[in-house]
Amino acid sequence: MLGSDLVMYEEEFKLIDAELNRLLAQANGKVVFLVDKNGQLIAATGETENLDTTSLASLTAGNIAATGGMAKLLGEKEFSILFHEGQRDNIHISIISQRIILVVIFDQRSSLGLVRLRVKKSAEVLGAIFGQLLQKVESGKGAGKSGDSPFAEITDEDIDKLFG
Amino acid sequence: MSFINYSSREINCKIVYYGPGLCGKTTNLQYIYKKTNPDSKGKLISLATETERTLFFDFLPLALGEIRGFKTRFHLYTVPGQVFYDASRKLILKGVDGVVFVADSQIERMEANIESIENLRINLAEQGYNLDNVSFVVQYNKRDLPNVVPLDEMKKALNPRGVPDFEAVAPDGTGVFDTLKAVAKLVIMELKKRQESG
Ligand SMILES: Nc1nc2c(ncn2[C@@H]2O[C@H](COP(=O)(O)OP(=O)(O)OP(=O)(O)O)[C@@H](O)[C@H]2O)c(=O)[nH]1
Ligand SMILES: [Mg+2]
Repeated sequence: MLGSDLVMYEEEFKLIDAELNRLLAQANGKVVFLVDKNGQLIAATGETENLDTTSLASLTAGNIAATGGMAKLLGEKEFSILFHEGQRDNIHISIISQRIILVVIFDQRSSLGLVRLRVKKSAEVLGAIFGQLLQKVESGKGAGKSGDSPFAEITDEDIDKLFG
Repeated sequence: MSFINYSSREINCKIVYYGPGLCGKTTNLQYIYKKTNPDSKGKLISLATETERTLFFDFLPLALGEIRGFKTRFHLYTVPGQVFYDASRKLILKGVDGVVFVADSQIERMEANIESIENLRINLAEQGYNLDNVSFVVQYNKRDLPNVVPLDEMKKALNPRGVPDFEAVAPDGTGVFDTLKAVAKLVIMELKKRQESG
């Protein structure tokens, strides 16, 4: 995937958001979010108000990266599911399409079995959406190649302004 | 590998601070954190040993202003500089958009600088990047110390390509934002170039 930047469009974002909400409800979770392997938060839903999702996203990616490194040393391709159990909350982490990380946070109102089952179903749906997204990006059909691109007319001045 | 979100109108880019142990990478992020207003920064996350050496990474998300209606976010990471953490360094470099090499200006650290930049070249190459064409800036840190290598010598050894470079004293902020600005600029210009060429 080298050089292919992750791009998200309105249409796919809505589909993803809808699927995350469905997963949240069906798995009885507290929070569901998607992160790209480099630690960028893609979407989140549930009880996120008091949650630092940006930091969580980065640490999740770090966690997956570290266990991925361990897998390689053992001759495994990757560990596609991680589970962390806490006193109150638990975290279920899985990899979708080798590139996207799906995280479900849940408490005693749900169970590992239920979360596993629902995640499996959602993974297929999400995988298909990302497949569609990738195709769009590669065929250059999405916005961004032409007039809508935020980059088209960037000047040095625009960048200097960023830093106030 | 940036993340362009046309739905939420955001651009996210990843910048990695690289360099030998104790050269001042974490100090750079701490200064940036201290001087950025609360609305535009997230938490500074440091995965460090008890002696405050970076163990896995530091992470600081920065929301800068908007470019053409797109919110611009930079995710800053530091690697652990100590030689034996090489496996972790490789992981942090994944998906990087821009690299800052922080050099330690002290004479006795010159060898460590050269070793580290060679290590950077190798680790980038493993991911299919070439140090000679990634967005790259160099910072000569610890210029306040008495036993520093003259600037032109450092340039010759560490910056033959002539990328933007800066003298710095990270704890008091000298050169810190100049460095960040320069790498941010290169990263955005590179994004622009890539979009144009398709
Ligand atoms: N005098 C002086 N000290 C500095 C400067 N920059 C950093 N230091 C000090 O050097 C020490 C190490 O700095 P860090 O920022 O933790 O170094 P690092 O590069 O993150 O080190 P690792 O995490 O081990 O890779 C700290 O005590 C800093 O205060 C500088 O410009 N001048
Ligand atoms: Mg450090």
